Amino acid sequence: MARITLDNLAHSYLAKPTTEDDFALKELNHVWADGEAYALLGSSGCGKSTLLNIISGLVHPSQGRILFDDADVTHASTADRNIAQVFQFPVVYDTMTVRDNLAFPLKNRGASPEYIAKRVQEIGAMIGMEAELNNRARGLTADAKQKISLGRGMVREDVNALLFDEPLTVIDPHMKWELRTQLKSLHHEFGHTMIYVTHDQTEALTFADKVVVMYDGRVVQIGTPQELFERPAHTFVGYFIGSPGMNVLSATVDGTEALVHGAALKLARHFGKLDGKVEIGIRPEFISLTEGEGLPVKVRRVEDVGRHKIVRAEFFGNEINILAPEGQNISPDMNRITFDQDQVNVYVNDWRTEGKAA
Amino acid sequence: MDKTLNHKAWFLVLPVIALVAFSAVIPLMTVVNYSVQDTFGNNQFYWVGLEWFEEMLHSERMWDALGRQLIFSAIILTIQIPLGIFVALNMPKSGFWSSLCLVLMSLPLLIPWNVVGTIWQIFGRVDIGLLGYTLDALGISYNYTQDTFAAWVTIIVMDVWHWTSLVALLAFAGLKSIPDAYYQAAKIDQASRWAIFRYIELPKMMGVLMIAILLRFMDSFMIYTEPFVVTGGGPGNATTLLSIDLVKMALGQFDLGPAAAFSIMYYLVILIISWVFYTVMTNLEKKEG
Repeated sequence: MARITLDNLAHSYLAKPTTEDDFALKELNHVWADGEAYALLGSSGCGKSTLLNIISGLVHPSQGRILFDDADVTHASTADRNIAQVFQFPVVYDTMTVRDNLAFPLKNRGASPEYIAKRVQEIGAMIGMEAELNNRARGLTADAKQKISLGRGMVREDVNALLFDEPLTVIDPHMKWELRTQLKSLHHEFGHTMIYVTHDQTEALTFADKVVVMYDGRVVQIGTPQELFERPAHTFVGYFIGSPGMNVLSATVDGTEALVHGAALKLARHFGKLDGKVEIGIRPEFISLTEGEGLPVKVRRVEDVGRHKIVRAEFFGNEINILAPEGQNISPDMNRITFDQDQVNVYVNDWRTEGKAA
Repeated sequence: MDKTLNHKAWFLVLPVIALVAFSAVIPLMTVVNYSVQDTFGNNQFYWVGLEWFEEMLHSERMWDALGRQLIFSAIILTIQIPLGIFVALNMPKSGFWSSLCLVLMSLPLLIPWNVVGTIWQIFGRVDIGLLGYTLDALGISYNYTQDTFAAWVTIIVMDVWHWTSLVALLAFAGLKSIPDAYYQAAKIDQASRWAIFRYIELPKMMGVLMIAILLRFMDSFMIYTEPFVVTGGGPGNATTLLSIDLVKMALGQFDLGPAAAFSIMYYLVILIISWVFYTVMTNLEKKEG
């Protein structure tokens, strides 16, 4: 177990990167605290797998250093780093039995046979495959294969970190919950540093203590699920987290007032006069549909998803989403909206500005 | 669903039947015909039943040739299969050098067989051949026209030179089809080079290797042109393999009856051994799984 420090790290798959766009992973400084469970969240191709492979040593970074505690491992091999990693695509050694598959990483490290037997039995129970331990690992379902891969990842107790690269993509939804719960309890039990890559926000938010959101090769925000929800640091975070995501509306901001298409909106904080691409972001949860009060909208359609209703509306030609509680009756006269002042975020060039207390 | 029945459709198959009969069935039947008859010239044939087969089964000459043939094929397979895998494992996986390797390695496969024979026949000559001359100059006694051992070494090295590429190319194709994730997982699991070969590469190559072994077995078991050009079956009968013996018998001595019986048995032996190979290997694969 170790604290993992990324120091000025960046990576490009090109031999001679020239512009910043050539980098799959842009310059990054970050410390992964020992024993924390992180989720690395982002859309496909944002560099999260690259980052994971750099930490495990499968990819060597173009620049920067990686430290495990205080030791520089930038050029160390995967074996020397002693890291476990589970991939999206299940890997099973299909000429071996399930038991041998699980024992493989331990055997390679020269563990004693008694220890291997005991540990494999434990892991077999954990992934629910005790009965199949002596079967050949061939002709299995994707579920079973991935469970074996997960088991192989968890079998070593002394690893410096456990990395998961979208490991549950191929697994059935009900099994997903079960395995994720097991991973969490494993984390509580052994306190490994865990990094879990996913593009599924539910998975990220339920698994991790801290969620790292990546966008276009850059880490845009690191925070608890609550922070990501209430104070997205970047418009991407607002849009990516939440269902539906945050509404982002272009505006001009002066002092404590925002002008959205000419309509004035009171802000909770003082921002002065802002230049550049100014936008305000407000989550659908914090907009209320009203009668006769607030700014005008045109309701396009209402989707009832059971727990609440999603109102898709048109707001000065832009699409805007509003969450209405399940009990609320939506009448044709409700054509205005009000914003919860405290929950309006202001963005300049996609990054959130804090403002001063008004 | 009701099938439409129209017997006139059989006419559509006629061209193919005629073609196959003309090119394969009738010539094959001629061989069968010869194998059960004898002639004293004048195109007069007499029915002799299975006499030729019995004679061939008791012919020491055929058993000797079969023995030599089996030894030859066994040596060829034990050298070419591991060597081909070794070459494939060490080839660059992608980029310019990979393409270059592939082109260079397919070159021997493109050379006509009798040219391969001629190349080695000259290459090995003590008077003008580079190999023969060099060995001779180094004081190593090498003369494939007189020395049995030298003759065998020459035709084996020649076959290895000619055909290892095929095994290597097939093995390379097998290796290329292994997803990167396997190697990454093996690295994470800290597998040794040997373990990677044993548990990932070899199992994934099994399919193509099976084809490689079958092809190399059948080809080497039927080999004719190259050893014929280099040694002509000599010295003595030392390198007279089955097909060389067969041609000697059929065209040299014009013993059509025995040669036809020989051909048919030869064909059956190849068929049986290939079938056994295939069955054993598919069973092995199933058992592995």
